Amino acid sequence: MRRAALIFVPYFWLLALFLVPFLIVLKISLSDTALAIPPYTPTLDLGNGWQGIKDFWAELDLENFEFLTSDDLYWKAYLSSLKIAVISTILTLLVGYPIAYGMANAPDHWRPTLMMLVILPFWTSFLIRVYSWMGILSSEGYLNQLLMGLGLISAPLTILNTNSAVYIGIVYTYLPFMILPIYSALERLDASLLEAAEDLGCSRFTAFWLVTVPLSKNGIIAGCFLVFIPALGEFVIPSLLGGSQTLMIGKVLWEEFFNNRDWPVASAVAVILLLILIIPIILFQRNEQKQREMDG
Amino acid sequence: MRRLTWFNTTALTLGFAFLYLPMLILIIYSFNESKLVTVWAGFSTKWYGELLQNEAFLSAAWVTLKVAVISSTFATVLGTMGALVLVRGGRFMGRTLFSGMIYAPLVMPEVITGLSLLLLFIGIGLDRGVFTIVLAHTTFSMCYVSVVVSSRLVSFDRSLEEAALDLGCSPMQAFRLVTLPIIAPAVISGWLLAFTLSLDDLVIASFTAGPSATTLPMKIWSSVRLGVSPEINALSTIMIGIVAIGVISASLVTKRASLRQQAEERAAVQA
Amino acid sequence: MGQTEFAPWNDPEAKPLIQFKNVTKRFGDFVAIDNQSFDIYAQEFFALLGPSGCGKTTLMRMLGGFETPTEGTILLNGQDIAPIPPNKRAVNMMFQSYALFPHLNIWENIAFGLKRDRMPKDQIDARVAEMLKLTRLEKFAKRKPHQCSGGQRQRVALARSLAKAPKLLLLDEPLGALDAKLRQDTQFELMDIQEKTGTTFVIVTHDQEEAMTVASRVAVMDHGRIIQADTPADIYEMPKSVYVADFIGDVTIISGTATASGDGYDITFAEGQPTLHAKSDQPFDKGQACHLAIRPEKVSITAEKPADATNALQGKILDIAYLGNLSTYHVELPNGQIVKSQTANTRRLSRRSFTWEDDVWLSWTDTAGVLLKE
Repeated sequence: MRRAALIFVPYFWLLALFLVPFLIVLKISLSDTALAIPPYTPTLDLGNGWQGIKDFWAELDLENFEFLTSDDLYWKAYLSSLKIAVISTILTLLVGYPIAYGMANAPDHWRPTLMMLVILPFWTSFLIRVYSWMGILSSEGYLNQLLMGLGLISAPLTILNTNSAVYIGIVYTYLPFMILPIYSALERLDASLLEAAEDLGCSRFTAFWLVTVPLSKNGIIAGCFLVFIPALGEFVIPSLLGGSQTLMIGKVLWEEFFNNRDWPVASAVAVILLLILIIPIILFQRNEQKQREMDG
Repeated sequence: MRRLTWFNTTALTLGFAFLYLPMLILIIYSFNESKLVTVWAGFSTKWYGELLQNEAFLSAAWVTLKVAVISSTFATVLGTMGALVLVRGGRFMGRTLFSGMIYAPLVMPEVITGLSLLLLFIGIGLDRGVFTIVLAHTTFSMCYVSVVVSSRLVSFDRSLEEAALDLGCSPMQAFRLVTLPIIAPAVISGWLLAFTLSLDDLVIASFTAGPSATTLPMKIWSSVRLGVSPEINALSTIMIGIVAIGVISASLVTKRASLRQQAEERAAVQA
Repeated sequence: MGQTEFAPWNDPEAKPLIQFKNVTKRFGDFVAIDNQSFDIYAQEFFALLGPSGCGKTTLMRMLGGFETPTEGTILLNGQDIAPIPPNKRAVNMMFQSYALFPHLNIWENIAFGLKRDRMPKDQIDARVAEMLKLTRLEKFAKRKPHQCSGGQRQRVALARSLAKAPKLLLLDEPLGALDAKLRQDTQFELMDIQEKTGTTFVIVTHDQEEAMTVASRVAVMDHGRIIQADTPADIYEMPKSVYVADFIGDVTIISGTATASGDGYDITFAEGQPTLHAKSDQPFDKGQACHLAIRPEKVSITAEKPADATNALQGKILDIAYLGNLSTYHVELPNGQIVKSQTANTRRLSRRSFTWEDDVWLSWTDTAGVLLKE
């Protein structure tokens, strides 16, 4: 009895505020746009009883999804989101791995502090962390001032409002997600394995490549998914740092909804985005599962 | 042997410089006299003064704080229940769906969560405002709380609860007197996480807040879209400062507690 | 032993404290307890002994109320306890992990159960003080569990479970987490406390030496069944099966066929080997398969053939296990059978009489071994 209540409360809450809303998105994505409030038809009219439900079903169609394929904007936005997410994931790995490696090899008494320094940005506002780059990257910003002051460039570089700024923003904000899983994989690595490899004739670098990297594989995979998945649907970074030509699906969805007030199309965009996300999410889950089995 | 080679030192120095320089610059320039944020014109705290005069920011901050406190408290209760169901629930109908619903919001793009909740609120004719933001924030942060608390519950020694039952507790008493005090640190960090997520959230709040409520991130957002502003720098500095003090003191407290515990354990072994 | 031997299980008038009646427990397809019936008497120190997975912990958890029997009933003082939840039973348990509440100090841990009974404060104080004294923990009352050593924690767990003066105390591997030396001392302490409080103890252990030391009766379990429940001496001297003989202590098993002869049986076990002679309480048919179980310390080892031994076999020393006070000789008979013999090392090592490869004679009396059917 008490157990049933314990299960019911969170279950009901999630059904009502997570699953049902998502089903509504699905439904609206299959509806027609209308100049009304709410701006779509049909709305489910239970007052008409069975006929109402039948009408409702009859009017659902895939029109919005066809529209998404017919307009270049959308599939270009999906492709460009994928490209940006992939590139920035790779960049984050390249930046994050040496940091994680350095942390794992730092003296024991330093490590809690280093760990805290990596986690600290998690607790600071995401928006502020993205915003902090606006002043650095703008054409009269600190980076250009520095480079011109050093005489490395003569005219300011345009970085803000380009895809490069988006890459920097994603690497910067998601770096802790990459560092932490790799660090925890490297930290568990038994140092005698490297000694054994060197004893068996490896150079330091080949030992790193043949022992350390394969053994941190699970950390790398986990870190990449943790960056890739949220980067794909990112909205704040491309809006603040990207330019008008930066196409990302999160931004398109936002504009479709708030600026064009086209709810059915915005919902269809959301449905497709989720379908794209399902693949990496399943792969990620499987990786985690495999690791748990190896540990257990 | 763990040691710092030149490579590790360089990687760590550059890495942490990358993580912290942008915020450091932000903090330094918040004390800039000039309205032109990229040109240093002398030390001043005038932007802090202006910030404190700005009614719109202050009321947004108040709304944000209210939403964060209420939603993180609800999220902690619901999330702890969710964790108990996940770890202790055993088999029941729709268990897979339940754990799916706990984990899905963690990877769901915020734009989709926001959009779907907005459509729900409109669908059932709920007036949007502080209340709807609280509902939305509670929903997504309860999942984070569940994950944090369930990872603690997994390692919880069930025989502690059995011992409580054995000594005459009802199951409810056993939970209140034994389980809850022991998992309290996880529940508290769950609350803190939910609180920060709520303070930080822009996207979901933008969708679910009606015209009547504006949160601080929404306010910051509308002003930074127009470019860098010294007032926002000052505000950011205050927020970074609060977080830094909080996190650093929390980690010092836990570090001291764990050192003391180690010392006591060593003393016990020798005794 | 006292003036009158404590053996209520031999007294048909005695009323058992606990009765298991045809109790079966299944987890899915797995049969943890297989249709078991047995009694435990008041003031007994009853040990459940067996390898891990034999069902001993399940039996105990059924007594504690953490599992319910699939079939059959468990009676406590003649009353079915199945419907009584653990918090309402006059049974307390000492957990293997001790399960001390880490957020409460020692005093609060011990008082925990008393407070649940809404006992008046002065009575709680008195009872906790009594328990602290019993377990010699007076000085540690204000400490938290993590500030205590393993032995202290063990005593706290014991004090906490005894505080409510249960009719029955269950101990799940109570000494498993202690090192060997401390374990021995604690065994005697446990027996002492059991005697002082007069509580009935049921202990689960996989350590046969521990069971033999502390228990009034030992139940040897395997695969969900109690194979034999007897006093330690009977279990050791008169095992009823090869399994029990082999599980408790060191033993040599010689398998052969029995033929009645005189006041016992002749055992033929290998071609070219003399027949052995042993007495037995159990009847054997002519030519029936049998197993002779002999403890190594009952087998003497000599260089010459002893003159008037009932059983004498010649063999070659294969191995010597030197244990300090004792030495065990593994002697191989011509047919390959190994027989163990144990002697006390009353002399210095350098003057030991036998060494590897020596030809020796083994001998024992007709009552030294036990003749078993299975």
